Amino acid sequence: MNAPQQPNLLSIRNVGKHFGGLHVLQDVSFEVPAGSIYGLIGPNGAGKTTVFNLITGLLTPSAGQIDFQGQTLIGLEPHRITHQGIARTFQNIRIFKEMDLLENVMVGMHDHLNYGGFGIFLNSPACRAAEKKARERALELLSWVGLDHKADMLADNLSYGDQRKLEFARALATEPKLLLLDEPVAGMNPSEKTILMEEINNIRNRGYGVFMIEHDMRFVMGLCDRIAVLNFGRIIAEGTPDEVRNNPDVIEAYLGKEDE
Amino acid sequence: MEWFNDFWSTYSTLVFSVGVHALLALSIWLTLSCGLLSLANAAFMGVGAYVSALLTLHLEWSFGSVLLAGGIAPTLVALIIGAPVLRLSGVYLAMATLAFGEVVRITVLNLEITGGPEGLNGIPLATEGWHIALILAVAVYGLARLRRSKVGRAFEAIKEDEVAARLMGINVDRYKLLAFSLGAFIAGVAGALNAHFTFFISPREYGFENAVDILTMAVLGGTSSLIGPMLGSSILTLLPELLRSLQDFRSLVNGAVLVLVVLFLPKGLWESRRIRAFFKRLKGGQA
Repeated sequence: MNAPQQPNLLSIRNVGKHFGGLHVLQDVSFEVPAGSIYGLIGPNGAGKTTVFNLITGLLTPSAGQIDFQGQTLIGLEPHRITHQGIARTFQNIRIFKEMDLLENVMVGMHDHLNYGGFGIFLNSPACRAAEKKARERALELLSWVGLDHKADMLADNLSYGDQRKLEFARALATEPKLLLLDEPVAGMNPSEKTILMEEINNIRNRGYGVFMIEHDMRFVMGLCDRIAVLNFGRIIAEGTPDEVRNNPDVIEAYLGKEDE
Repeated sequence: MEWFNDFWSTYSTLVFSVGVHALLALSIWLTLSCGLLSLANAAFMGVGAYVSALLTLHLEWSFGSVLLAGGIAPTLVALIIGAPVLRLSGVYLAMATLAFGEVVRITVLNLEITGGPEGLNGIPLATEGWHIALILAVAVYGLARLRRSKVGRAFEAIKEDEVAARLMGINVDRYKLLAFSLGAFIAGVAGALNAHFTFFISPREYGFENAVDILTMAVLGGTSSLIGPMLGSSILTLLPELLRSLQDFRSLVNGAVLVLVVLFLPKGLWESRRIRAFFKRLKGGQA
């Protein structure tokens, strides 16, 4: 079935999700190509975050298939899905507030530190080396988002924008192939948005796939290679930013129908 | 040396108790550090105490192997009950673990081999000061190492935000079970040590009141570091003795101290960050 050289990182086919009689998603299909920035937009309550929750295993789809690099994600626990190479940030930031920045990022490296219990207890050279490497890598990731000079600060004391950046670095620490960003610029001012736009571009250029949910049209149109539009749980348009911008269904969903 | 011998003959049991209580407080600190409010540690201590005492009395195992068995037995129990019980969180977990404690207490109360309500008498005095000191030192060292490793960070992450921890690739269920059963091991060893210097154990010592006492020790001392639980357990063990001269007012004053600490130091007596900040200020003032 699966072609050996599949260019798509993530493929969602005919996915549906209902909670009792409430159909949140119906027949949702789209493909996220590798090495690109993909956007999912839609009005409030369209079901965008539900798509992320299905991909990351927090919810199980009622119907359809979700494949990552040709392998199904359905039935895998969230930590297994992270292990496969998908990381995410949250709409309402969920950093570990009582830890410092370095520890936050190092939590993301959990899977990649494979020393055992005896190594920990005996403080073995392998364990020490792994911790040292993780610390250096965490500092590097923090420097990517410009937070390395605050590494030993308590995460709770960061500004809102910095907390988003920290979440970013933490997600990258899991060494993902695909990064899911849930409204990355929510609550940011225009100059912060511009900076973040550059950072997301840099991340793509480093070889990560990026898949984001975003409300800010200018941000999405300026950054994404392709966009899917979700409305009332259905995909109403998919294509390049220009195609989507001129799609009459999209205009109707966002601006309403023109009076005759 | 004279005064030391006098002191030791009077107070050795008290010093032993401080050590055992420190181990218990550390055992509950471990589960708390993973965000689990488990009150099963008194029962785990009881399982450890009874198993070790019975092995000593009936099978005459060596003290070392008895201690190990006293730790392993409650660990196995924790692994069995952990899978269903750890699905719960917050007060529901506290209730379920308290109920488990009652099951253990009532089982011990009604079994023939445990001596029923009369308990076990004539357990040989095998525990010596250095046993407790050594085990406490190993426990503190081990927990300190654990804290600074990926395991400690995973515990902390689970405590702060379970969903985020899951999505960082942490197998939350497995780490919760690890914290729970490791806590049971420490509590069990503490129970075994305790049984071998008190001469006598009965089901009364491992009930609801003790479960709450253990929690109080950790919370009073503060759970942000390993020092807190040890401080809390020492105070709660020594305070009743120091207040002995107050006679009837003793428990009143004891209770008042607790209330004051909880009111004015809600994060416990030893809060690492506050203490670090205090020393920083002290240094700054001198410079």
